[in-house]
Amino acid sequence: MRVMGAETEYGIHAPSAPSANATMMSARVVQAYAQVTRQRAAGGAETRWDYTDEEPLHDARGWTVDRGAAHPSQLTDQPPVLDAESVALAYGREELELDGQDESGTLLMNMVLGNGARLYVDHAHPEYSSPEVTNPRDAVAWDAAGDLVGLASVRRLAADPALPPVNLYKNNTDNKSVSYGSHENYLMPRSVPFGDIVRGLTPFFVSRQVVCGAGRLGIGQDSSTPGFQISQRADFFEAEVGLETTIRRPIINTRDEPHATADKYRRLHVIIGDANLSQVSNYLKFGTTAMVLSLIEAGLAPKIEVYEPVAALKAVSHDTSLTARVRLLDGRRVTALDLQWMYHEAAAKLAQDTGVGDAVDGDGHTHDVLERWASVLTQLDSDRAAAATSVEWLAKLSLLDGYRQRDGLEWSDARLGLVDLQWADIRPEKGLYYRLLSRNRMQRVVDDAAIAAAVAEPPADTRAFFRGKCISSFGKDVVGASWDSVIFDVPGYGRLQRVPTREPLRGTKALTGALFERHRDAGPFLGELLGHNSTPPAA
Amino acid sequence: MAGQEQQQPQSRDNQVDEDIPEAPPAPPEAQASASTEGVDDLLDEIDGVLESNAEEFVRAFVQKGGQ
Repeated sequence: MRVMGAETEYGIHAPSAPSANATMMSARVVQAYAQVTRQRAAGGAETRWDYTDEEPLHDARGWTVDRGAAHPSQLTDQPPVLDAESVALAYGREELELDGQDESGTLLMNMVLGNGARLYVDHAHPEYSSPEVTNPRDAVAWDAAGDLVGLASVRRLAADPALPPVNLYKNNTDNKSVSYGSHENYLMPRSVPFGDIVRGLTPFFVSRQVVCGAGRLGIGQDSSTPGFQISQRADFFEAEVGLETTIRRPIINTRDEPHATADKYRRLHVIIGDANLSQVSNYLKFGTTAMVLSLIEAGLAPKIEVYEPVAALKAVSHDTSLTARVRLLDGRRVTALDLQWMYHEAAAKLAQDTGVGDAVDGDGHTHDVLERWASVLTQLDSDRAAAATSVEWLAKLSLLDGYRQRDGLEWSDARLGLVDLQWADIRPEKGLYYRLLSRNRMQRVVDDAAIAAAVAEPPADTRAFFRGKCISSFGKDVVGASWDSVIFDVPGYGRLQRVPTREPLRGTKALTGALFERHRDAGPFLGELLGHNSTPPAA
Repeated sequence: MAGQEQQQPQSRDNQVDEDIPEAPPAPPEAQASASTEGVDDLLDEIDGVLESNAEEFVRAFVQKGGQ
């Protein structure tokens, strides 16, 4: 359908050591997973990130921000160094001593996983970036696999008597004015004018939260106004278009780092979404956005413009009745559901015209996305109890309403705050989403077996297959990797061997699977791959 | 730019919430419906899962900024 991937920054908290340094705790999460996987598969999985092709200051509108003018948090192309000395400089000696950290060691900050994902420390949060997949069903599976990766670390740290237990939360705000992201990435042809993307996507992003918002207690960045809103992220957006992701957050992010052949592709970096536990919300977030990008590429996106989209985004988020109307530049006033139906109608027509939406002969995904999308929009209008089994914000709201009715709680009651927070705890015995899932109150898109498989195995149909298999087969010989490279240090080769993977749809199982099966050692594997034995490169 | 004032973490030293994982609750009921039936049952289960001392727990969840 389209190459896509998810990034999730987890909220991190040690209840028994609430002042512990968040960056250090995040590094422990990465370290714990390295220990877990070392048990599972021989060969270290700790891999340096290859920053060669990172370009965080390239703007899709056609310019590059000067490094001196950039916010320090935008310089994501430098390896973070977190040794005891830098932590002491940043946070003070006492922090180290309080935390009981060994001052000699450098903490592990980055891993490339056997499933093709990246697990690393981003600012003060552990982040799981899923491998590249080609459809929303796989996006759900490999994103949910990240929750299991985090869970494995949580379990490992909980079993270590020397360290405080760490909880991870798949949410996007601490409700005290801080937000952290969950981003989506979509591969697009470079030839699509960026202005078309901005125009086509903005009304869609203003409205799609009614389908894929995760729900949030409190209004305003600091939640100072009691109440409930649809989106975790809406109140943190302050601009329509921009390069930043940590300040003045824009509805459309212009970061232009293709992580692929730059003159052919752009990677659309979407920062406005909520992290989803609900599989249906997550599935529709990826599936419908991918289809809207197809509309934009075909020049067939609905010709609508929202008046003051930043304000409209918040107005939609703050209206759980779904009756609020946003103003369009043509004078119409429409609800978020109306906007979503306009996009659905256009997407359904395009899918029919091109044939990808056919139930039998289509691409195997578009038909299902269109059906579920229509079903959820209909339910949101006429059967909210049914919608609450799939739409995350509504499921959370139903639970909060249950408490409010049973115990007569005000919106400002701390127990409701705890329900909102603990909804996103990734431990199945503690996370309230998982309690609903276990009672079949939340619909599934993928089963538990598929998610478990996605923890260990890369997707077969993108370059993530090559990356993941290199790690799981030859991990001890891989010294670096990135989205578009794998770097080997193999005995017999005089220098490091960097294998570029700049075509996202190559390096697949079909193209390289046999190569991995033929070789147990990295030397001969590289020899054949790089053509030293007269076989052409396959990746 | 509303809501920029940072809430200060308060009285963290007395935060000693024990967080011992409980045994996973009972297996899913066969085909529980999403109707109001069973809501009380659900809330009873969640009562037993919620962290103790809600106010302290929520207050102590303070994050540094992210993307």
